[in-house]
Amino acid sequence: MNKMAVFLGSDFVYRFKKDKVALVSFSLVVTLILAALLAPVIAPHNPYDLTTIDIMDSELAPIWTDGDTDERFLLGTDPQGRDLLSTILYGMRISLVIGIFAVMLQAFLGVTIGLLSGYIGGRVDAFFMRLADIQLSLSTLMVAIITLAVFQAAFGAELYSELAIFMLVLVIGIAEWPQYARTVRASVLAEKHKEYVDAARVIGMAPKRIMLRHILPNTLSPILVISTIQVANAIISEAALSFLGLGMPVNKPSLGSLISSGFEFIFSGSWWITVIPSIVLIMLILSINLLGDWLRDVLNPKLYKD
Amino acid sequence: MALLEVKDLQVEFPLGRKTLKALHGVSFSLEKGERLGIVGESGAGKSVAAFSILNLLTRPGRISAGEVRFEGRDLSKLSADEMRQIRGNRISMIFQDPMMTLNPVLTIGTQMIECLKAHRDISDKEAKELAIARLRDVMIPSPEKRMDSYPHELSGGMRQRVVIAIALLTDPSIIIADEPTTALDVTIQAEIMSLMLDLCKTNNVGLILITHDLAVVSQVTEKMIVMYAGRIVEQGETQDIINNPKHPYTRGLIKALPQENLPGARLNQIRGSMPSLDAIPVGCAFNPRCDFADENCCKNLPELAGPIAHQAACTKIDTLPEFTAVGARK
Amino acid sequence: MSELAHSPLVEIENVEQRFGGSSGFLSPSQPLVKALNSVSLTINKGDSFCLVGESGCGKSTLARAVIGLNPPTAGHIKYQGNRIDNLSTRERQPYTRKMQMVFQNPYASLNPRMTVAQTLQEPLQIHFPTMSRAEIEAKVEEVMLSVGNDPSWLERYPHEFSGGQRQRISIARALMLDPEFIVADEPISALDVSIQAQVLNVMMEAQESRNLTYLFITHDLSVVEHFGNRVAVMYLGTVCELADTKNLFATPRHPYTQALLSAVPKMDGSGVNHVKMSGEVPTAMDLPSGCVFHTRCPYANDRCKREIPKLKDNGDTQTACFAVEEGRL
Repeated sequence: MNKMAVFLGSDFVYRFKKDKVALVSFSLVVTLILAALLAPVIAPHNPYDLTTIDIMDSELAPIWTDGDTDERFLLGTDPQGRDLLSTILYGMRISLVIGIFAVMLQAFLGVTIGLLSGYIGGRVDAFFMRLADIQLSLSTLMVAIITLAVFQAAFGAELYSELAIFMLVLVIGIAEWPQYARTVRASVLAEKHKEYVDAARVIGMAPKRIMLRHILPNTLSPILVISTIQVANAIISEAALSFLGLGMPVNKPSLGSLISSGFEFIFSGSWWITVIPSIVLIMLILSINLLGDWLRDVLNPKLYKD
Repeated sequence: MALLEVKDLQVEFPLGRKTLKALHGVSFSLEKGERLGIVGESGAGKSVAAFSILNLLTRPGRISAGEVRFEGRDLSKLSADEMRQIRGNRISMIFQDPMMTLNPVLTIGTQMIECLKAHRDISDKEAKELAIARLRDVMIPSPEKRMDSYPHELSGGMRQRVVIAIALLTDPSIIIADEPTTALDVTIQAEIMSLMLDLCKTNNVGLILITHDLAVVSQVTEKMIVMYAGRIVEQGETQDIINNPKHPYTRGLIKALPQENLPGARLNQIRGSMPSLDAIPVGCAFNPRCDFADENCCKNLPELAGPIAHQAACTKIDTLPEFTAVGARK
Repeated sequence: MSELAHSPLVEIENVEQRFGGSSGFLSPSQPLVKALNSVSLTINKGDSFCLVGESGCGKSTLARAVIGLNPPTAGHIKYQGNRIDNLSTRERQPYTRKMQMVFQNPYASLNPRMTVAQTLQEPLQIHFPTMSRAEIEAKVEEVMLSVGNDPSWLERYPHEFSGGQRQRISIARALMLDPEFIVADEPISALDVSIQAQVLNVMMEAQESRNLTYLFITHDLSVVEHFGNRVAVMYLGTVCELADTKNLFATPRHPYTQALLSAVPKMDGSGVNHVKMSGEVPTAMDLPSGCVFHTRCPYANDRCKREIPKLKDNGDTQTACFAVEEGRL
């Protein structure tokens, strides 16, 4: 209770309340995440339940348009006859799950490697940083496309569609660890030479304890900042891969595969199947990024404006 | 009329929810060729006082009241353009870190010539000659060669000499030096201080020296100001203050110095620490740390009192015990 | 204090420290820095041994070598007769309990994410894993009180304290393990005058009540005169004069010591009158031949440029200077 009161009275909360962009983007992110989490409760239909889907309902327009509409489907339907609103909610759930888990994997790998590299230095550092350089010289999408395409070809589309979610987390997670490793290493290098680390060594502390108890907590703010941006990036990567047909299958669409599935119909007039999920994706990414920018400004006192 | 007259200067820093007051009405003056020391610990407001003279306060700091009269003009009311004609020309500034003044990617010569041409209508050749002469004044060996050096090629002491040469370039009437030797070693500090003292005397330049070091102030200045929590607590002739400090804070500062104590004995310490700007005590700001404070000190703000040659802001001056020197000065 | 026991506690024998000089895997080569050149000193039990010198003279490097943060490139460091410079972190544990350090910058020497209590409990948790929580808390409170700190500080974070308070917390951390020997690297130079006195007093009180031996690094000669009983003056990684404090201040022999003493600003109204030294200060990357001070020394001759002087006893003090040896001063 007391800690909550201290937090609410802190400069952090004060600055947050005064910043309109932060407020709006934060509420948008929270709304979207809640909507995604509560999809089974608030979605009018269950897009995974094949018994409720009727192919006769396919490509119905949103209800405010002049075309073929049906009052059951607020945002219209997709080519399979699924309610677009429900599909978007469920799709966003998948996008967010992939984004968050991929970032957790990235963070785990990157923070571990960054800590070791920065603290031990020397050959260990040289090895991991060169590895990171090599990895960064190949774009994430390229690596992901190659891996997923090989996997799809090797295991067949059926097994692939079952494992897609794990594969996407794994591929996006592994492809982006250098971002974390570099950031963490840079702050470890800065922290390592501070006197409190020397003091810990003088006390006779083992290197593992120094890294985990003293250095790691002091590198958390940059980790927090890049985490927000990395979640956004991971969602974008997932969407791109799904759009290319290497991501989530059509029966379990993410935002990316939804956009992709509507793309063939865009010239036949069914624009909503592509445009509405795109708008949701943009809102999600934009608000996460704006929130990340705000966090970076607040957590880095050197950039204090005002 | 004095060359520089600061009257009831107040400075505040609006920071989000609260506005911090860094100076609560500071007044002092400087005659032509006079050397003034401003002494205080960190947080006393001594640098703020110096920076506000030249309108160099970091944003969002601003002068909220009072005036800074230089040759009759109020500097706090000047436009940015008019200020530039004063700053670095009529009044020069020397910072603790020479790299605040020096541009790392330009040679010493280029910087000096540029500075001269910005304020004087002279040819490149004349500017160069003048710059070399100034470098010679600050005892830089082979000044012609040094004109082509970059700042990073010089040692800390040499850089500070170059900064002093630049400060003297336009024959200013006042130099403001903010802890000019704090970052330097003792032997270099002694050299730079004796150099500054000589140059100010020979060129009849006024000096405002901001420092935390009472010994340096006693060596270089004629008048001094002791600041505490944004106010002047004691001011007057330097030797008089050093030998016979009146304010309990000044006394405490002097008595706390190791050289003012017998070797190996406990030092006379002042308890507690300087209050932060958002928690300045009511009444005399020094009262929680003062051995002589009474009820009145905790309620009413004391004013500077006494003959102009030596004033202190303490209501209990008359009842304080005699100040006696011990240790090295005994 | 030192008269009681004259047994050597820490012996520094011909210690050299080199940095850089070699190129690593895929990394560019760095210039060789000769930070310490054959330094030998003995610190006796109960000493307040002061190392004094200007920036870059190697005094902090020597302190870090003694405490084990940067093991020396060559030479030995002994604690009560046992070599400690070549031990691993684990082998060193019995000595870390006895040797502690106080750092220069009070704003960097406390972990900003740990409360004062966590910071102070940590040494005990590591060295006495069997100690109960209650015992640890009692010990922390006892040490806090002994250095004049309010135990109510314990639940707060370092940023809530002033520089002087933080330095007193650092001193408390160094005292947690009841050490015999404390290395203090410029512990008061980042503090204001009135606070310096507080911290020095705390250190002197701790020495009396706990029989501590100090290795005190400073650039401030007035602090040396007040605090130390033995003093070594260093210049460019070399000890140039070693003496009892009283003797050094009464009769400084080495030309550098004389220049240093004359440069200390005084308040007696005598103005600035220091011994002027010629030339630029050389760096440890580019050491002068012979006596390291000869480029700036007014008494230097040809021999000073060729041969390296050794510390020699001359009655009051020990100096490494040919001019003193030959009676040319």
